[in-house]
Amino acid sequence: MLLDQLPNNQRAEIAAIDWSVLPPDEGKRLRALGVDEGAMVSIQHRGIFFGRDPIALSIGRMTVAIRRAHARAITLREPGATA
Amino acid sequence: MTRHQPLIALVGNPNAGKSALFNALTGARQKIANYPGVTVERKSGRFAFADGRPAELIDLPGSYSLDPTSPDEAVTRDVVMGRQTGERQPDALIIVLDSANLDQHLVFALELLALGLPTVIALNMVDLAERDGLTLDAARLAADLGVPVIPTVAVRRRGLTELAEALDAVIVARQVPHAPLGEPDMRARRRRAEHIANAAIVSQTQSRRWTDRADSVLLHPFAGPVILLGLLFIIFQAVFSWATPFADALEAGAAALGDLATATIPDGFFRSMIVDGIIAGVGSVVVFLPQIIILFFFILLMEATGYMARAAFIMDRMMASVGLSGRSFIPLLSSFACAIPGIMATRSISDEKDRLTTILIAPLMTCSARLPVYTVIIAAFIPQITVGPGVGLQGLVLFGLYVFGIIGAMVVALVLRSTVAKGGASGFLMEMPKYQLPRIGDLALGLWQRAALFLRRAGTIIFAVTIGLWLLLTYPQAPEGSGMSQLDYSAAGRIAGVIEPVVAPIGFSRDIALALIPAMAAREVAVSALATTYAIDATDEDEQAQALGERLAGRWSLPTALAFLAWFVFAPQCISTIAVTRRETNGWKWPIFMLVYLFGLAWIAAGITFWTATAFGL
Repeated sequence: MLLDQLPNNQRAEIAAIDWSVLPPDEGKRLRALGVDEGAMVSIQHRGIFFGRDPIALSIGRMTVAIRRAHARAITLREPGATA
Repeated sequence: MTRHQPLIALVGNPNAGKSALFNALTGARQKIANYPGVTVERKSGRFAFADGRPAELIDLPGSYSLDPTSPDEAVTRDVVMGRQTGERQPDALIIVLDSANLDQHLVFALELLALGLPTVIALNMVDLAERDGLTLDAARLAADLGVPVIPTVAVRRRGLTELAEALDAVIVARQVPHAPLGEPDMRARRRRAEHIANAAIVSQTQSRRWTDRADSVLLHPFAGPVILLGLLFIIFQAVFSWATPFADALEAGAAALGDLATATIPDGFFRSMIVDGIIAGVGSVVVFLPQIIILFFFILLMEATGYMARAAFIMDRMMASVGLSGRSFIPLLSSFACAIPGIMATRSISDEKDRLTTILIAPLMTCSARLPVYTVIIAAFIPQITVGPGVGLQGLVLFGLYVFGIIGAMVVALVLRSTVAKGGASGFLMEMPKYQLPRIGDLALGLWQRAALFLRRAGTIIFAVTIGLWLLLTYPQAPEGSGMSQLDYSAAGRIAGVIEPVVAPIGFSRDIALALIPAMAAREVAVSALATTYAIDATDEDEQAQALGERLAGRWSLPTALAFLAWFVFAPQCISTIAVTRRETNGWKWPIFMLVYLFGLAWIAAGITFWTATAFGL
């Protein structure tokens, strides 16, 4: 499942991020904000205008705003599956 | 014995409370300048140890790592590594960590500790962490990191004495972090940071209760935008109504000063320069100061409470449709009062292309200096009729001019983003800080600094330009008894003669061309310039506007009046904006680009308006 499809307020672990579709600087910034493989995340809020973009991601004790385009590059580990 | 006073750098992640700590340690004794060649602020201040020995403290831009993704972060890296031109390597670092976000902030801290500089860690905002149910063991953290760790609450001035003592000790002993902390890889550092943070956490609850609760309302898909809209409404009310008495007082002050100068200085070149040039010219720009201060008050308040990031979040999608991000929203909104604070506020935009585009379209937002011009022309040419229930035609035209500016800005942004400011779709990636109550003193200090910046930045250039304009309007002097008006005879009058053929096709007469020249100081000056041209002698402003309206209605055709309005939607008739753009883009390239493209658009817009109106036989 992609992060983009995760229902609000449901925690999931990031399995993989397709860095190749992200501009290098944004990939770097995402990693610096802790959005990386193995991180536990949940979606707290979604914007209202047009495609409910951007999204507010809860990660650790932080909230990070990212766009859905970023969220579509992030694959989540299926619940129940082990690493 | 020290050979110089120590240089101490405050460094840490954004939202760690670094600036509040900087204010707490230095008080109001701060100096703000730019690092050479970039528009990154260098904030420095004086700090004293317990025995009175002084030290210089610098507040470095908040960063996530030493691998920069913005000009701000590059400066932070260069300074701490001793590579920044004109800055020596700091003698010691104060790493500021947000207690409530320890695992995240330790990632950067580990990278900084590996530099091997004498370091003290300020475990900041411990009170907010406790409020959210988090208890930390500072001694354990100090043992794991090998440097002193001092719990602080910058906004309440807690822990400052201990911080100064610890700092003194590490500098005197040249005590550097002992543990081998060099982790070349960010992931390895992150694992280590989590490990250290977990060891230091005595007890915790899962989330940030207060912030999450507030966000569930303020970021609510429906309540969020409504609250933002309400807030914006209050800000605009404040900017336009609270500022009026102060602006009136400043105007009266300038007039009184002019009268005083007229009475005391003997007639001649010098008096005319002081009264008609400097006092009148600088006065016409300084009247905007109250509006700018009120606007900055709200911007600072939104920044300090953490709401700004939420406003950007709510507006991001809309801004994305023209290739910008939510971060451009507040600067553009500010530009409705005045483009100068708007352009100054673009510093918070990390993406350079985004920032440039925002600066270039900021003058298209209808600023308050356009209102006097619009009001006079609309009152004179647009009949006072209603076109619907409660909707007057005059108000509709005024509203249309605002919308015209916004649509123009959107189109220009789209074009710029695919041409001169070309770049990948700008991402919107930002940390949403937790909400907090700001300290009044910090707000006041920030307000004072921005006001001083406005006066200094705009002031010097306005001063020079005002004298230049005055010279153009005053010389050469019309021979006495010739019956020629001074304005006509002056150099400006002759320049108007040159401009006239250029603006004639869009329906502008020589009189209008002439009024446009002094209006370069500020758009509203067009009103008094027209009054001068049509020899209206009224001391009261309202009287002047009324008399001018009657005169204009008799002299201008409707197409000309409409073209004049369209012209002011686009024309960059504001030297101060150009000056601030030069400052903020570090060169003449973009201000000149701005001048050319805006005058070009103004000509085209006025032309289309004039030709269309004429074709329809208006």
